[in-house]
Amino acid sequence: MHPAFSVIFLTTLIGAGQGLFLAMVTGQLYAIARFLPAQEDQFYAVGSLVALCLLAAGLAASFFHLGRPERAWRAAAMWRSSWLSREVIVLPIVMVLVLAYGVAHWMEWTRPLFRVGESLQVDVTLLLGLVGTLASLVLFVCTAMIYAAVKFLEEWHTPLTVSNFIFFGAASGFMLAAAYSAYIGNPLVTFFGTWAVILTLVGLISRLMHLLRNARLKPNSNVQTAIGVRHSALVQKAQGATGGSFNTREFFHGQSDKTLGWVRIFYLLMVFPLPILLIGAAYASESPTLPIAAFAIQYLGLLAERWSFFAEARHPQNLYYQSVA
Amino acid sequence: MTQLALVIDLNVCVGCHACVTSCKEWNTSGWAGPMVDGNPYDESPTGTFFNRVQTFEIGTYPNTETVHFPKSCLHCEDPPCVPVCPTGASYKRSDNGIVLVDYDKCIGCKYCSWACPYGARELDEAQKVMKKCTLCVDRVTDPKLSERDRKPACVLACPTNARLYGDVHDPDSEVSVAIRERGGYQLMPEWGTKPANHYLPRRPTRMHIDQDELTRVDNPLRKEDLTTYTGEETLDDVAW
Repeated sequence: MHPAFSVIFLTTLIGAGQGLFLAMVTGQLYAIARFLPAQEDQFYAVGSLVALCLLAAGLAASFFHLGRPERAWRAAAMWRSSWLSREVIVLPIVMVLVLAYGVAHWMEWTRPLFRVGESLQVDVTLLLGLVGTLASLVLFVCTAMIYAAVKFLEEWHTPLTVSNFIFFGAASGFMLAAAYSAYIGNPLVTFFGTWAVILTLVGLISRLMHLLRNARLKPNSNVQTAIGVRHSALVQKAQGATGGSFNTREFFHGQSDKTLGWVRIFYLLMVFPLPILLIGAAYASESPTLPIAAFAIQYLGLLAERWSFFAEARHPQNLYYQSVA
Repeated sequence: MTQLALVIDLNVCVGCHACVTSCKEWNTSGWAGPMVDGNPYDESPTGTFFNRVQTFEIGTYPNTETVHFPKSCLHCEDPPCVPVCPTGASYKRSDNGIVLVDYDKCIGCKYCSWACPYGARELDEAQKVMKKCTLCVDRVTDPKLSERDRKPACVLACPTNARLYGDVHDPDSEVSVAIRERGGYQLMPEWGTKPANHYLPRRPTRMHIDQDELTRVDNPLRKEDLTTYTGEETLDDVAW
């Protein structure tokens, strides 16, 4: 498949945004459980604002993917059958919940509404945080299922696509939370950094399993079934157009296998070991800048990972477009 | 339920591209607006087509055979491109089974083209909406046309009659009989998309010569012929 930068930015930006929001809510939950010192409400409010900006940037990027962006509102119609339609509905819901969570913290609407058991005081921010967490997880599934649900793209048609999207999004979000904490000098950087490292490692396992699965994948279709001629020696001599077509532009990445290999090595370094090392170094040296570098490097790596995710997928229609003339 | 479809006879297709040009001519001047071309008279021409003729070579030289393979939307009975469309622009007509795109609803997200294993859909680069074969829905449903003309443009254009058109759900239609009696098959059956369009396979063309054609057995003159022959040419040497 041809990797479209609009979609690469959409999926990585909203992934980081959702992850940052999850990190904020996790921080609040830990504070409620008194595992962490309670933070000022502003901390959560600003974090949610950053998450909202990432989600909005992702949404903006998605419009560049559309041929007719002015009709984008129509995309909410077919939520019963289309994962893309479901994403179009859930993304604004998540954005509204993140905004509401941030506003609730900013306005310090923290008077308990009711009480569960002896000690758990439930306020508006906690309710919004929990609903937002649920919506964020649903959004991860919707985004990933857009790819995982296309059975013809066998490289994508696996639950590992969903786990990759969830863990990469969450890891980059917690990494950003660590960077944010480091930037404002908040001691939570260790907490978020630890979670970021755990999520990155789980993401690494998920991605390696995905790579291993795809390396063993045997395509369901071949040129014999494509044109229905059962003969072992079957080559295309002409594809009906000399100058290329939509089919040659949309479904081929146009790079050599060597480039693909380099991109894979690049993202395997940038997403996994380098940020972990930088977070580790930041923990040892208490540096305020290293977590920021860790996030930046991991995000760059995730861009390459998403590019590679597209380039790896071999569409069966390519069997009809093997030779120009 | 009616399921209109094409049956394409690979045994007689000569790869002349008449179906491609007649399709483009009819549909680019039709109700849905042009099928836009880019660089039509320049380097790397490109453009939107509903139908393309591709060429494949079977076997290794010198034992090869050339197959010309016309490819357009197969109007699947279970079209995977329809449920993925977020706007409902992609749909299958319930009355005749034709898969269509509502160009006024399409947002050009290209998701349907990802969900088609046959590469039957092409994005129009100028109008930025997804386009595909309509089976000339404007022709085949037009009661003002004569019965003879109420067929897709490609079918009418084919000089070798390689393209048959009709209802594949009617067991006695021309297309159903062709599928049944001439080994009609579907493309990529492994995906379960149940394409309505079928292809008829190549068949070896062999010349069959009866002994009768070399030696006349029914020559009425033979019985009464009293001539003694000494190797010269006779009436028996004339093949019918």
